[in-house]
Amino acid sequence: MNNNDILLNIVRFIVLVFLQVLVLNNINVAGYINPYLYIFFIIMYPFDGNKSLLIFLSFLLGLCIDIFEDSGGVHAAACAFIAYVRPFVLKYSFGVSYEYNSVKIKKADPMERITYISSLVFMHHFVMFSLEIFSIRHVQLLFSSTLFSGIFSILLIICTMVLFNKKAA
Amino acid sequence: MQQIIFFFIRNRNFLLFAVLFTISVGLTIQTHNYHNNKFISSANYVTGGIYSFRNSITDYFSLGRVNEQLLQENLMLRKKLEQFQETTVFEKLDTTFLPAKFTYFTARVINNNYSKTKNQLTLDKGKKDSIKIDLGVISSKGIVGIVSDVSENYSTVQSILNTKSRINAKHKNSGHFGSLKWNTEDPNIVQLVDIPRLAPLAKGDTIVTGGRSTIFPEGILIGTIRDFQLDSDNNYYFVNIDLFNDMTGLEHVYLIENYDAKEILELEKGVEDEQ
Repeated sequence: MNNNDILLNIVRFIVLVFLQVLVLNNINVAGYINPYLYIFFIIMYPFDGNKSLLIFLSFLLGLCIDIFEDSGGVHAAACAFIAYVRPFVLKYSFGVSYEYNSVKIKKADPMERITYISSLVFMHHFVMFSLEIFSIRHVQLLFSSTLFSGIFSILLIICTMVLFNKKAA
Repeated sequence: MQQIIFFFIRNRNFLLFAVLFTISVGLTIQTHNYHNNKFISSANYVTGGIYSFRNSITDYFSLGRVNEQLLQENLMLRKKLEQFQETTVFEKLDTTFLPAKFTYFTARVINNNYSKTKNQLTLDKGKKDSIKIDLGVISSKGIVGIVSDVSENYSTVQSILNTKSRINAKHKNSGHFGSLKWNTEDPNIVQLVDIPRLAPLAKGDTIVTGGRSTIFPEGILIGTIRDFQLDSDNNYYFVNIDLFNDMTGLEHVYLIENYDAKEILELEKGVEDEQ
């Protein structure tokens, strides 16, 4: 990571936290569907960056959201989880080319990119909602929240990516 | 020894993840216990400040609706006052000498959520304004929740839209009481359970708070009966209630303090200890 990358990630972290707690948490489509765009940070973190640092930063990111939302540690747990499994997801979505550090998310094949994003999003949402709901009686709610919020988040993440990709090009 | 160090270095990512995950699950479980002084709460200086700032902007969008609500409430209070003046016998009685059992505070809602299963509100008043844990929170239209955490300038409220909430409520006409819960499905509908079978319920009947808790005075409005059915043992009713309050659009709320709460709780605790 060079200096530019570090600065970019710091700015991204702060902007995403504010965007999430001030705007996106208040959308509530159909009463309970909110997009969780802030994991964009974990998705876009440089592929060759330090993994331990990513796990720690993700935990911090989740904790920031938790403090605002009064939700204990559900976001922190989900973020730490996807940060930990990210290398496996990368290997599984981008195949061998990831191991040679030659993948750039902005240039990757669209299908591979969508697999990567949606795997992380659904894992994050599943862990988060199971901890938040914390009851076997509401399994249906757990799955519907994960599915609908997940689709919403994926769309928003892809849109954000396309938007900023064009600007960079 | 070297082996152990190597083991730690090789698995450092997993160990880091395990530690952080355990911490966050711990924090989550801690919030499931009501009353534990929470370590993570939006009633702190930074988040409270940011929410107040946001609210100072978004407040303007709801001014019209809030004014309308205030007018309605004033109208209702005026009507009550008129009735009171007409019927009262003790016209000259100086009411300041009457011992009041409850006192009220006002506050602004700076953060409100209703899309989760354990919803919380954040208010812009705290210890400094003599807000304490366990005060009841209502709006002009009905019940909102109970204060669960206080900081110097802010406080958080466990909303009635929270699966942990249990509030004593009664059927206004017959006086049969039960407890109020929420099944997470709709932010405008709550459930009343444990109403005995012999209660004469009807659709549209009013449900109010029962006087059996030290938090809310008797007769605070909650909602009307939407539908009801007997539970599996056929002994108790399970009632769906339409809230009077629109929990999704709260702006200004009142907090209620019961001066006798401490005494009552101490007395009850004493009785329990003797047993």
